[in-house]
Amino acid sequence: MCLSIPSKVVEIREDNTAVVEVFGVRRVVSLELMQEEVHVGDWLLIHVGFAINKLSEEEALQSLELFEEILKEEEELWQQPEM
Amino acid sequence: MATARDVIESYRDTEKIKLYERAIKRAVESLGREVRIMEFCGGHTHAIMKYGIDQLLEGYVRFIHGPGCPVCVLPTGRVDMAIELARNPEVILCTYGDVLRVPGSQRKSLLNVRAEGGDVRMLYSCLDALRIAEENPSKQVIFFAIGFETTTPQTAVLLMKAKERGLKNLTVVSNHVITPAAIQHILNAPEIREIGKVRIDAFIGPGHVSVIIGSKPYEYFAEEFLKPVVISGFEPLDIMQSVYMIVRQLREKRAQVEVQYTRFVSREGNVKAQKLVAEVFELRKEFEWRGLGVVPYSSLKIKKDYAQYDAERRFLVSLPPPKEHPACICPKVIRGVAVPTECKLFGTVCTPSNPIGSCMVSSEGACAAYYKYRHGGH
Repeated sequence: MCLSIPSKVVEIREDNTAVVEVFGVRRVVSLELMQEEVHVGDWLLIHVGFAINKLSEEEALQSLELFEEILKEEEELWQQPEM
Repeated sequence: MATARDVIESYRDTEKIKLYERAIKRAVESLGREVRIMEFCGGHTHAIMKYGIDQLLEGYVRFIHGPGCPVCVLPTGRVDMAIELARNPEVILCTYGDVLRVPGSQRKSLLNVRAEGGDVRMLYSCLDALRIAEENPSKQVIFFAIGFETTTPQTAVLLMKAKERGLKNLTVVSNHVITPAAIQHILNAPEIREIGKVRIDAFIGPGHVSVIIGSKPYEYFAEEFLKPVVISGFEPLDIMQSVYMIVRQLREKRAQVEVQYTRFVSREGNVKAQKLVAEVFELRKEFEWRGLGVVPYSSLKIKKDYAQYDAERRFLVSLPPPKEHPACICPKVIRGVAVPTECKLFGTVCTPSNPIGSCMVSSEGACAAYYKYRHGGH
């Protein structure tokens, strides 16, 4: 149940549902639990037929960058005593 | 510009995983002891086994598998109830896929009931129950709802729509359970508190439950029990990052709630979903969990305003006390005090195609994950 993969929105329908695509398979999902507006091209996290959140690309990229920084700090921390 | 797909791919970057492996091992060495982390969610158990993270960090980090698999914690008595309801020829029983294969007291499952002619249907979305009810006015459609906070808002939407449409033949059995209550119960369990048999240093917090409830509800554990909680995504790099964040907290003697899965999880969570749940559900005083026993205020029942849609009120089912298979150690596995391979039935009598215990049924169950990834099941 928990291994949801983000799915891309290909169509928004009038009844508060959207058509999403993941690995080439299209599905209709409910948007009743979405807090923000959904657009074609968004990536949604789907759970048992409902979108529960939108992927924040900015956040995802930022956290990857942040972790690279942390790793760098860690490396420096361990290199210092040897210098 | 990077697409979301690229973002997901970058969470599988082998080079970065190796960097994290080294950073984690160094940090654990500086602590001078093996770190023991409980991953609450079955999705994490599955990912840890699938990518071999437990083997990668062997001797440095021990993963203790938690009870966060909805099918695994469903007590046998509730399975018996579903079976009894489904045997009624007036009833169409609907539920999510994994529930169909969970054995009840007589080693029978809903699949057996279906083979005997019972109308049991597997739903992808619980909203499908609305259509089934409308198409079958002479039948009683019962949705047997299970799951943690990730599936509860959907059931709330179903109940509200049933009421809006004035459906007279659709009801719900709520087996929805609450994550923070279970974590607190584990932290209070005698095995952990007194004997030190299961020392837990920190938790990997569930990713998708937290999309709904936010990271806020875990702040209490971090403060009260001085255990770091890091809410993680499900890709291998997500888990490595989360383990590193935990080890770093331990090294710095901190116990805080941190979110690694920031691309989906906020502190407040999905407030709209929380409000829908509060509209329809209220806390039960107590609920029995398989493995954990009776846990106070750990599950949700349907509010009085929606009483006519509550199958437990409409269909009174009285059953003999449930029977467990005497050799099955699922309850111990769920509590994290035993690993699946310690069970006599594991891999011989009990397999994913013929599960004896619930932990072998769902792919999120620890036994199923061990069987698939550690038993030559590739």
